[in-house]
Amino acid sequence: MKNLLLDGKMLTYEEGQTIMDCALSNGIAIPGLCHLPGLSPSGNCRLCTVKTGGRYVSACTEPAIDGMEVECETMELSQVRMQLLRMLFVEGNHYCPSCEKSGSCRLQEAAYHEGMLDLHFRPFYPKREMDASHPEILLDRDRCIFCALCVRASREIDGKNVFDISGRGIETHLIVNSASGKLLDTDISVEDRAVHVCPVGAILVKGKGFEIPIGRRLYD
Amino acid sequence: MSSVSEEVDLLVGRLGERPLQILVEIQKTFNHVPTEAVEGIARKLGLPVSRVLANIEFYSFLSLEKPGDYVLLMSDNITDWMAGSRSLYSRLCSNLEGIADATKTSCTGMCDQGPAMLVNGIAVTKLDENRIDSIADLVKRHVPLSSWPREYFHVESNIRKSGWLFESGRRKVLEGQALLQELKDSNLRGRGGAGFPTALKWASCREATGEKYVVCNADEGEPGTFKDRVLLTHCAENLLEGMALCANIVGAKRGFLYVRGEYRYLESHLAKMLRKKRSEDFTVELHWGAGAYICGEESALLESIEGKRGIPRVRPPFPVTHGLFGMPTVVDNVETFCAASGIAAGGGKDFRRFGTDESRGTKLLSVSGDCSKPGIYEYPFGVSIEQILADCGADEPIAVQVGGASGACLDASEFGRKIGFEDLPTSGSVMIFGKNRDMKEAALNFSKFFAHESCGFCTPCRVGTSIIEQILESGNGLAEMPDLAGILKASHCGLGQSASRAVMDMLKKFPGHWGLS
Repeated sequence: MKNLLLDGKMLTYEEGQTIMDCALSNGIAIPGLCHLPGLSPSGNCRLCTVKTGGRYVSACTEPAIDGMEVECETMELSQVRMQLLRMLFVEGNHYCPSCEKSGSCRLQEAAYHEGMLDLHFRPFYPKREMDASHPEILLDRDRCIFCALCVRASREIDGKNVFDISGRGIETHLIVNSASGKLLDTDISVEDRAVHVCPVGAILVKGKGFEIPIGRRLYD
Repeated sequence: MSSVSEEVDLLVGRLGERPLQILVEIQKTFNHVPTEAVEGIARKLGLPVSRVLANIEFYSFLSLEKPGDYVLLMSDNITDWMAGSRSLYSRLCSNLEGIADATKTSCTGMCDQGPAMLVNGIAVTKLDENRIDSIADLVKRHVPLSSWPREYFHVESNIRKSGWLFESGRRKVLEGQALLQELKDSNLRGRGGAGFPTALKWASCREATGEKYVVCNADEGEPGTFKDRVLLTHCAENLLEGMALCANIVGAKRGFLYVRGEYRYLESHLAKMLRKKRSEDFTVELHWGAGAYICGEESALLESIEGKRGIPRVRPPFPVTHGLFGMPTVVDNVETFCAASGIAAGGGKDFRRFGTDESRGTKLLSVSGDCSKPGIYEYPFGVSIEQILADCGADEPIAVQVGGASGACLDASEFGRKIGFEDLPTSGSVMIFGKNRDMKEAALNFSKFFAHESCGFCTPCRVGTSIIEQILESGNGLAEMPDLAGILKASHCGLGQSASRAVMDMLKKFPGHWGLS
C-alpha cells in the first residue's frame, strides 16, 4: 500500500491516482472548481493548488508519489485560494443577489469557505454575450469561469462536441458548436450531462430557477 | 485567385490532418479566414466548427475579418520602443487614417535592426520616419508588396562573433549508438534554457515504444531573441542534419520544423534546404506558427502541430513517451540540433574544450538594445555580462535583461555574473538598457507582453497578468506586486510562473524609477 502525507495525515492511495483522487478516496475535500470525478482532470482553475517539495502543484493533475508530503490547509495556501477566487470574481460579472444559482454555486461556496469578504481587485466588467436562443437551456457567459467541465462532459460523457473554449488570455470565452454560434443550432439536449456540470450559473436549465427556494439550497 | 472552397480542397489534400496549417495558408492567400473556409475545413476534416473557430481566435495572425489588402503589424518589443517605434506607429496610423489599420504585435525577432514590422506577414526592418511615410504612401496607392523597394525587406544577419557552432564541420563522422555515447560524454544540454541533457532525452525516446517523431522548436518568441533567425539562415543544413541524426537514433521517420510565423520570409530558403536534405528514411515537414508566444513551450507546440490551440499539456507524461499525436517525440531547439550535428562532425572532445563544468560548449547570444554593435555573439559558456557589454559597445549601461521578458533583470552590480546553467541560464536574449533609460517603461512593456501572450488556460496567469498590466499602466497598486508574483507561481506552466520575474527585479533594483525609495 502506498502512502502520502496530506497536512500531516497519512493517507493511502492506489498507483495512478492524483493527490486529489487520494484525498477524495480518504473522505477529504480539497477545494476545486474545475474537477469532477469521472471527467479527465484539467488543472485550469488552480484552486486545488497544494504545496509539495517547495513548489505549487494542482492536486487534481499531480500524480501521488509514495511518501510525498503535501500541504493544503495552511495560511499561505488559503491566501493563494483567496486571491484566485477574487480573480475569478473580478474577471467576470458575478452578481450573486440576482443570480438564480445563488446558494447552489460552487464559486460562491468556495468564497464563503475561504472567508472572502471583498473583491480586492478592480472589477473588469467585461462585455459578454448571453445566449437565450435555446428553449430549455440558458447560456449566461457573464458567469463563465472557463473551467471547461461542460466541454469535457459533452465530449467524454455525452459523445458530442457542444462546447469549446476559444480566444486567448483575458479574451478567453466559451463558444458552442454551430455555424450560427447559437446554442439552439447545436445538438445539445437538456438531458446531456454537459448541461448539469456547470459549477456556476453560466449554464442553466430554464424554468427551474426557484424550484428550491433560497435558504434551502445546497450551500445555504 | 482560386475560390475559397477550391483552396480548402487543395490544402486539405496537401496538409491532411493539420488544420492549423490549413488555416495559416488560407490566411496567407485571403488575408483573413472567410466563414466559408471555416465551415469547409470543419466539414472536410470532420471537426466541430467550434474547434476551427477556437483556433482562429487563439492565434494572433489568424483573423475572421477582412482587413483590406494590407495587414500592418508593428513590432512592440521594448527594443522597438527604445528605437522609437511608438511615435512611428502613431505616425503610420495618422498617415493611414480611414484607409488601413495598423496594429501592434509581440517582438518579431528583428531587435538588432528595429524598429520593425510585418506587412502581410513579411518582415520589414530599420523603420524610420521616411520609411514609414513611404510605406503609408505605397499602401495608399495599392502598390503590391512585390513592387515595394527590396531594401525594406532586407534582413541583416549581424554575426559579430562566431565560434565553435558556426565553424563546426558539416561532414558527420559519427551516428547511431556511437553518436549517442559521444553526446553523453560531451554533456550537451538543451539550448532552450532548461538545460535537459540531450543524450538522456534521445535515449529515453529511443527506448519508448510506438511511432516516433523528431520536432525542432524554431518558435523563438522570447522578446529579444533572434539567434534562430540567423541559424535558419546560415546553418539550416546543420540543423536538418541534427534532426536526421536524432531520427536515426530514436527510430523516427517523420519530423517537423516548427518555425514562428514572423520568419515567413525564410520560406523559400527553408523549402530549398528541405528539398536538398530530403531522404527516404526521414522526412521533415515545415510547420508555420501563427503568432503565439506560448507555442514555444514544447507541449503547447505539439498541441499546435496537432491543429489545436496552444495550451500547455499536463506533465507528466513528457513528450519523450507521450508527445506528438501521443507518440514518443524528441523536441529540441534549433541550436541544440545544430550543436548535435557539430558533435557528430567534430566529436564531443572538441565540444568539451569550451564552457564550464556544468555548461559545456558555446552559446549564441542575441544582443540588442543600447549598444553600438547589436547582433549575434557566440561565446563559450561562462562568459561574463561585463565581457559581452564591452564587446558589443555598450556605453555605461544601467541594466541588462538576460533571458527575455521571462528572464532576470541585472543591475550594474551584477555584471560580473556569467552565462551558464549554474548562474544565468538563458535561451540567449540579452537586452541592454543605457544610462538614461526609464525601467518603468521596460516593466510596462513586459507586463503588456505577458497579458497579451497568456494562453488564458489557468486563472492566475489569465487574470494575474492583466492585473499586473493595469497596475504598471496606472502606477497604482505597486505594493500588491510581491503578492501577485507569489500567486502567479501557482500557474499551470512556465509562462505564468515567470511572468512577474523581470518586473519584480526592476521594482527591487530600480525603485527610484517609480519614485519609490
